[in-house]
Amino acid sequence: MKLFGTGGTIASRLDYRTGAVIPAFSPGELYGAVPELADICNLTTEKVFAVFSENMGPQQYIQLARAIGEEIENGIQGIIIGHGTDTLHHTASALTFMVQNPPVPIVLVGSQRSSDRPSSDAALNLIHSAYTAGHSDIAEVMVCMFGPTSDEYGFLHRGTRVRKMHSSYRSTFRTIGDVPLATVTRDKVSPIKQNYKPRRQDRQVKILPYFEEKVTILYYYPNMQPDIIDALVDRGYKGIVIAGTGLGHVNKPVYPALRRAVEKGVHIYMTVQTLWGYVHMFVYDTGRDLMDLGMIPAENMLPEVAYIKLGWALGQTYDREEVKKLMLTPINDEITEKEPYNGYLVYQGGVPEVEEFIRKHHK
Amino acid sequence: MENVHPVDPRKNYQQTRQKIGYVNRKKATREDYERIGFKSGLEVHQQLKTKEKLFCHCPAGIYHDDDDYDAEVVRHMRPTLSELGEYDGTALMEYKTRKQIIYRINNTTACTYEIDDTPPFRMDQQALEIALDISLQCKLNIVGEVHITRKQYLDGSIPTGFQRTAIIGVEGELPLSNKTVRLIQLSLEEDSCREISDIRHTRVFKTDRLGMPLIETVTYPDMFTPDELREAAEYIRFLNRSTGKVRTGIGSGREDVNVSCRGGTRVELKGVAHNKWIPELSHNEAFRQWALLFIKEQLLRQVDRPENWQMEHREIDIQAPGLHDEWLQQAASQGEKIYAINLPGFDGVLSHFTQPGKVFADEIEDRLKVIACLERPNMSHSEEQEPATNPNTFHAIRERFTADPRDAQLIIWGPQEDIPTALETVEERCRMAFHEVPRETRKTFADGTTIFERVLPGPDRMYPDTDSAPIPLDKKYIEERRRQLPEEIIERYHKLQEWNVPEDTYHYIFSKDLYPLVSSIADKLGYQARFIGTFFGHTLKFVEGHHTRHKDFQYAHVCDLFEFINRKGLKKEIAKRMLPWVYTNPNIDFEQILANIHYKPMKKEEILKQLPRLHRKFEQVRHSASANGRTDWIMGQLHHSALGNIPLSDLREEIEQKKVNP
Repeated sequence: MKLFGTGGTIASRLDYRTGAVIPAFSPGELYGAVPELADICNLTTEKVFAVFSENMGPQQYIQLARAIGEEIENGIQGIIIGHGTDTLHHTASALTFMVQNPPVPIVLVGSQRSSDRPSSDAALNLIHSAYTAGHSDIAEVMVCMFGPTSDEYGFLHRGTRVRKMHSSYRSTFRTIGDVPLATVTRDKVSPIKQNYKPRRQDRQVKILPYFEEKVTILYYYPNMQPDIIDALVDRGYKGIVIAGTGLGHVNKPVYPALRRAVEKGVHIYMTVQTLWGYVHMFVYDTGRDLMDLGMIPAENMLPEVAYIKLGWALGQTYDREEVKKLMLTPINDEITEKEPYNGYLVYQGGVPEVEEFIRKHHK
Repeated sequence: MENVHPVDPRKNYQQTRQKIGYVNRKKATREDYERIGFKSGLEVHQQLKTKEKLFCHCPAGIYHDDDDYDAEVVRHMRPTLSELGEYDGTALMEYKTRKQIIYRINNTTACTYEIDDTPPFRMDQQALEIALDISLQCKLNIVGEVHITRKQYLDGSIPTGFQRTAIIGVEGELPLSNKTVRLIQLSLEEDSCREISDIRHTRVFKTDRLGMPLIETVTYPDMFTPDELREAAEYIRFLNRSTGKVRTGIGSGREDVNVSCRGGTRVELKGVAHNKWIPELSHNEAFRQWALLFIKEQLLRQVDRPENWQMEHREIDIQAPGLHDEWLQQAASQGEKIYAINLPGFDGVLSHFTQPGKVFADEIEDRLKVIACLERPNMSHSEEQEPATNPNTFHAIRERFTADPRDAQLIIWGPQEDIPTALETVEERCRMAFHEVPRETRKTFADGTTIFERVLPGPDRMYPDTDSAPIPLDKKYIEERRRQLPEEIIERYHKLQEWNVPEDTYHYIFSKDLYPLVSSIADKLGYQARFIGTFFGHTLKFVEGHHTRHKDFQYAHVCDLFEFINRKGLKKEIAKRMLPWVYTNPNIDFEQILANIHYKPMKKEEILKQLPRLHRKFEQVRHSASANGRTDWIMGQLHHSALGNIPLSDLREEIEQKKVNP
């Protein structure tokens, strides 16, 4: 198995001289810090780069996708990617689009507490991800992080449906608009979803390392001015993902600017800032008007995922229909046909029955 | 088969106790402590009275019952590499124990900070100010910048695995009655969780106390007798209380006492809740170390090549001939593994005195519980004063090991997965006995004895807290705080002496921080400080011992009481009769209390008018021939009506005068 290091809190340690967190990365160092790993799998490590996750970008996605492709061709049985948590979900969706049809698990893992802290989640996350990469039957791009804040089990999230939802909690990653793929403990992966892509022995992976950098997300707010959109168009942006309100709306004053953008060949996709639920542009006139202007609803694709996917699609073609086809054909559940009734269960503290539940189970 | 073991454990305990020169503390003299080189220092912990916790906005000072919680969180602590790439000794010990740690969280007193899911908020300014004030009072040099650091604790008592702590001042001193004690530093830190239980591999904590601000005052090891140690502890406690800004009550002040004897090691006695326990505990600890040094000598005599010493162990089959024992049968029937251990050259060591009622074997047993998580009873040995195991069993074991008569034997039992750690633990403790007094922290008991708690951490376990920025302390601000300080305890002590307040009231007055009240009542209302001091130190103390305190009663109510008496023009003695009412019902008004005690205003003349009649009556009833008999009897008759209306000393004088001329 292969562990790629990209930087971030996981698999790093504190440099007591400078106070900085530096990668601690040789297998020796890793086994030294987390001796349990030796019982789980046979690991080789490679430091691809050392950047904080906020500094990850298209160049790194592409480099990583190529490195994964090579490893798979060379017969690797599973891949772990140690990564900072801030943009872990961006990288997860980029790899889902760039590394298609992988025969082995590709597990992205991070940690919310650095390993110089005794209560760090790094060790357990590494153990969970190593078990997943080495032993699980799920051959997809996944994020492996704490389920509850307790040292109990981890969740495996599909790379396209996961999002960092808390600035500091250990269990910060949540699957949005669906249920997680599986739970993982030190010695077991228990699928929650049954329709995953299973591990294969062939090496038929498709590496599609493309990205157009002139793409942006526009987070709509009341009283947004049209000049923002004009400015983006004038600066040469090729794609805009709008995170609209409610079912996917923006205010009337920006309509002319949007029309102008589409006429200038900009690809505009609508997502929702509620994160949960679908874009429904037929419910209100506003939505219909927007579609007439050339906005394309991106169903229940998360705004960040839509941003990554649009960059990836525009990296391959500017043809309006081609891009649309790429965007709206799901590669791994970035758009789902339905949302399970129990997907949106945001357990709200303070409600008696929820409190009762929390009291009985480790948080 | 008879017990052929050469050592009589009972006799050996007594003999070794004598040999090391153990004396009861009550009988111990300064010379005894000089003989063993008693040396000790203090770490005094004191909670501060703040509204909020130190690094988050949860309320401080609210406590919950063990079962009053909203959720549980599970964590494990892993040792981390130090800057030298090594693991800390304590860390490794805690890791060996493989504890599952459960935190019980109550929403009222915990947020995401307590469970380490949020970085620290800004340090509580109120706490910082109090810590600064107390540092100034201790004449410490205040730091220019407060740096928050991390002190590792892997026992789970803090969910992060480290305590955030910051030094506020360094190098100060305290004036005791006969000497000056130097201070190393004063730190502001967060309090830890309270333990609910620790059974096998599960330790349960509650997080109500976690994060409450606490100061730690650390002295140099300048105390050379247990009494000096106690005096220093009292002084620091009183000084802290004199600010009026610290918490009082059970658990709000706790002492860690560092003790060593000559040739011994610094051992930390943890969390002593009452200063009165300090002398006995420190006395016994110094002698325990003294005893361990004798054990070392004995072992070096009995073992030929100590560097090659090794214990032998083997699993024993409880069904095998000669080994059958009901006591062991019980352990075996619960699926536990039983191991016999031979300790070459340990004859007479296991039953060697260490503390009153304790022997060297207890040192091993304590560690088996803490490190290997084997609940007691977890072992039996060949030198028990009251053998739990059939002596024949040990005889059979000796045969199996073909043991030398100079060897001693242990039997330990526990679940299979804990046996390797248990064997390691036994061997490690025995090996240490050849070299040193182990560095450890010990848990204390009211009877003055202690048990092993954990390996004392090395000095290098402080790390910078990367989550918080240093806080600069402005010189002008420090000077401003300095001007507002209350006077020093030692000055207050001298003032009380000057006022002739009886010495036996001082402890009470300082421990309840009543000095400011005494001096302000005397000052403001013109009463003698001697009377007010005695009123608090004797009358109030008596009332406290005999009545139930109302939850609303505050010491300031006594001040109100004297103001009322003063305003009404009553004589001050009536306060004694009114106090029990104030203490038990502080919410009823003083007029009502007067009615309750049947007070009637009377003029001095009206009272004195009765004197002739009473003198005559005394002639009829006289049953005391003592010189004061007459005066006392008449005082008794008039006491009730005089109280509050006429100073009792005046009344006495009047009675004596009228006697001459009835």
